Formats: sequence, structure tokens, C-alpha cells
Amino acid sequence: MSDQQVTNKGIMPSRLTTALVEKQRKPPLRRQFAALLRHVVLIIVTIAFLMPFYWMLISAFKENTMVFSNPIKWFPNPIRWQNFPEAFNYPGFPFLKFLWNSTYYAGMVTLGTVISCSLAGYAFARLRFPGRDALFSLTVASLMIPGIVTFIPVFLLFKNLGWLGSYKPLIVPAFFGNAFFIFLMRQFFKTMPEELADAARVDGASEFVIFWRIMLPLVQPALIVMSVFTFLWTWHDFFGPLIYLNQQDQYPLSLGLYAFRSRRSTEWGLMMAGATLTTFPLVILFFFAQRYFLQGIKLTGLKG
Amino acid sequence: MASIRTPWSKISPLHRQEAWTGILFTLPWIISLITLMIYPILDTVYLSFTEYSVVEEPKWVGLDNYKEIFLNDASFKPAVSNSLYYALLSVPIGLVLSLALAMLLNMRAAGIGIYRTLFYLPSLVPPVAATITFLVMFEPRGGLINLFIRMFGISAPSWFDDPVWAKPGLIIMSLWGIGYLTLVFLAGLQDVPTTLLEAAEMDGANAWQKFRHVTLPMMSNVILFNLVMNVIWSFQVFTQALVIGGTNGSPLESTLMVMVLIYRNAFRYFKMGYASALAFLMFIVIMIITALIFRSSDAWVHTD
Repeated sequence: MSDQQVTNKGIMPSRLTTALVEKQRKPPLRRQFAALLRHVVLIIVTIAFLMPFYWMLISAFKENTMVFSNPIKWFPNPIRWQNFPEAFNYPGFPFLKFLWNSTYYAGMVTLGTVISCSLAGYAFARLRFPGRDALFSLTVASLMIPGIVTFIPVFLLFKNLGWLGSYKPLIVPAFFGNAFFIFLMRQFFKTMPEELADAARVDGASEFVIFWRIMLPLVQPALIVMSVFTFLWTWHDFFGPLIYLNQQDQYPLSLGLYAFRSRRSTEWGLMMAGATLTTFPLVILFFFAQRYFLQGIKLTGLKG
Repeated sequence: MASIRTPWSKISPLHRQEAWTGILFTLPWIISLITLMIYPILDTVYLSFTEYSVVEEPKWVGLDNYKEIFLNDASFKPAVSNSLYYALLSVPIGLVLSLALAMLLNMRAAGIGIYRTLFYLPSLVPPVAATITFLVMFEPRGGLINLFIRMFGISAPSWFDDPVWAKPGLIIMSLWGIGYLTLVFLAGLQDVPTTLLEAAEMDGANAWQKFRHVTLPMMSNVILFNLVMNVIWSFQVFTQALVIGGTNGSPLESTLMVMVLIYRNAFRYFKMGYASALAFLMFIVIMIITALIFRSSDAWVHTD
């Protein structure tokens, strides 16, 4: 009996493999052609999609007069590396300072969001307390509220607190949570085995210890997804810094770039160097955290 | 087990710690919901009936702001029609294009993962940097796009210098940012059971029939999600419009979106009451459109 099982297991995959190999070894001409066609389409669409990206990058290495040269210059000649050091030290527009400001802003918001949303998400998923379901419904409903109907009173509130001209109105709210990520974390915590927590409870562990030592390590992938997206979206944020900050040396990259474009509108080479600098840290982040990006989109998109 | 509706006094001491922890963990979020969501919505409505210049206290003026908007504000009509033009074109085109791209990326082809990665790259570019890149590419005389168009002997438009072509330029730009929508669709497509598609193929369905009768119904909930999100985003488009047209919506108010008009009134003229009235109107419009989409979804979204 057991022998037969072994042989069965041995035969089944090998038969399948042979069939697969057969299929791959002799693809009909039509199949080959279809595969080729797919790649041609994919490559054309990819090139079209990446063109602005490429253009931003090469324009950052062009002299001002070369940015709009006719005929099309697909590669900068000569390569002008100085655009970057010049942008870094541009009087009134310290791009290196902007880079630090963006990092600080996105980093702090990420920290706040991770703390507040994992706590609230866990409570909604796992802790029983009066009013929980009503509160959660309200949280989900608030996802549908466009920012347009809240930003003026929120601005006035922070103004009355004397917080204008600082990063406080941009960072402090993150420590109080965000409906979208609370929702995401709740979905994640829901999938964790309840028995673990119950066993710890019987052993007399406090609720905080259960959360901190048992549950939080289990949802590490979700924490990374949340961090990566919060960082990305905060780095992209333009409207917040625009209304709350007023000193140019406080600006994050996006706002600094906007100010540069408004006042030095002919310095195209430097402007593109600034744009590249604004984008590049995110590209590096993306390549390190790629699988979390894709996983995150799957989660945030479908379950939202 | 204590259910959520159990009165506080009946919660057993064992579960009391759990309940307290739940309240403690969600407390920051409750504060945030009240101060940054519920109160601001109500305050926006209140402020919309006042005249409020920030320096003085809000003064009740009844419906004056609304009368002013509909009867005297020469910028209101262009802003509304610009926003509608933008949303009505960028939303459907963006949805169709991102679904097509997702299907392209869902094909079985060698190295498809690399294409998926590359397609997400444009979504990483911060809006300000992306807009400046498009300004360079769409520059009427020496920009890449027009040099390319002229290679075919066609006369090229002046894009952001021409009131007629500025909005199409903005819409093309919005299509560059569909990476997120595409990946949400892609995640949805991967959840369409292949057995269904194979069954349809057995029954002799061609590619279009498989798409129309299997893929599309199976994807309808994802389409609904992307549609609603895209509508909400499109009506609040701000950064791209501000970078291109400034607060005046140059050229000739052709890029003046409602959000830019609200920003101008609130932060240039400090007419907070008036800006609140505009914001509240816009909120109502977005809510009505979202509600209509949800109502219609009963007819076309398959839930199972």
C-alpha cells in the first residue's frame, strides 16, 4: 500500500513534467509568433510610459540651451554634471536642505502612522469594548469624505494653536491615526489566530504585552506595507506644506521645486536636476521594498 | 464572551482589562475623528454662512456667499466647467487605459515581472516633479512631444500656452499617473479564476467574449472601486493645475480648477467664509456623483 503511494507520487509529477517539457520544446510557429507579438506590444507601451521618466533624467544633465534643442537630443552632450552641485547650493533654494526636510517630514509621519494605526487597527480587530462596531463604521465612512470639506477648519484650528510655519500641523495628526491604514491593519490582525492571544491571556499576560510581544511581530509585512506607502504619499504631499509652511528653508522638496519654478522659470537644467532629486530617493526605496509595494496595492485596492 | 452590546456593568472583570485597552488604543483616533473630521465638516458648513477674514471674528451673512458664487463670481463658471471637462475625460479614459494595461501585464510572457515593475515607476514621481517634466516635454517650440509630432509634418498645438490645448495636456498628464489604478486592476485580474476562463474557452468563446462575459463581470467590484476613487481624486485635482497655471489658471483661466479657486479665495484673499461655501458646494457635488455611481452599481456590479 505504502509502496504504491510512493510510486504514484513518483510517477505523477514526472508525467506532468514530460508533458510540459514537450510543450515548451516544440512550440508551434503560431505560439512563438504570439509570444513575440506580446513582447513587441509590451516593449512599445513600456517605452512610451517611461519616456517622461527618461526625459526628466537626461534633461537634468543638459545645459539650459540644450533642454529644448532641435533636432531631438536623446542623450546629453556634453553631460553637465554641475547641475546637481549648483542646485544643491543655489542661493535661496538649498535643495540639500529640502531633501533633509522631506526625509524628516515623511519619516515622522511614517513613525506616527505606524504607531497609531497598528494600535487602533488591533483594537478594532481583536479587543472587545463598548461602541467598537459603531466607531469602526464611522471610520470606514470617513474614508469616503473628501479632504475638500475639512481642510479650511483644520487649517484654522492649527492657526489658532499657533502652529503655522512649523511642521507640527503636518506631523502631529499622523500620531492620531489615519482611517485608511487603521482599516488595513484591522483586516490584517483579523487573519491572525485568536488562540495565541487567548493562551497568553490564560497565562496572565496583560493586553498590551499580548499586542506588543505576540501580535505585532506577526503582522510585520503589513507594517512594512503601511510604512512604505505612508512614506511615499507624504513625500508626494504638496498641499499640506503649501498651506502650513512659510519659510523657504523649511520647505520639503516638492514645495521647494515649486518655489524654484515660480521664481527661476528659465533655469530648466537646474529645475530638472531638482525634479530628479525629488524623485530619486523614492526610486531607491521602491527597489528595496518592491514586493511590499505590489503586495500593498493588492491589499489596499481590493479590500478598500 | 462579552459581546459588543453588553452594558459596561455586565462585562466580567476578566474582560474589563480588554475593554479598557481597546478604548485606550483607539483614543487617539477618536480624538482625531472628532477634531479633524466631524468638527471640521460642521464648521465648513457654518463658515459658509459667514464672512471671515481670519483677522476678525466670523460674521453671519446668511446666504450671501452662495448668492455671490452663483451671481457675481466670474471665475466660478469657468472653474466648474474646467473641473467637469477634466473629470469627465480623465476618469473614463484613465479607467479604460488602466484596465487595458492591466490585461497586458496579466499576460503570460517571459520577464513579465520586469514590465510590471517598470510600469509602476511613473507613479513614484512626485506630482510637482512630474508636472515640471511635462512642461518641458510639452514646450511648444523645442519640447520633445512637438518635435516628435512635427517629424510627421503635422502642425503641433501649443499645449500649456494655448487655452484650448491646456486641459487636454493636463488630461494626458493624468494618464501618466495610472500606475496605481493599473496595479489594482492587475491584482483583481489575478483573482479571476482561470477555470472559468478555460470553461468559456471549451465552450468556444473567443477572446472578446471571454473578456465581455467572464473577466468584466468578475472585475466589476474592482472597477467600481477604481471608478469611485478616480472620481474623488479628479474633482480635487490641484497640484498639477497650480504648477501649470498658477492661482489664475493661466492661460485665460483654462486651467483654473475648483480646488485652485478655493485655494485662491482661502489663502490669497483670506476669504475663509467664501472659500468654505465653495468647498461645501464641491463636497455636495462629489457626494451626489458618488451616490449615483453606487446606486447604478446594483445594476452592473456582481457581488459573489
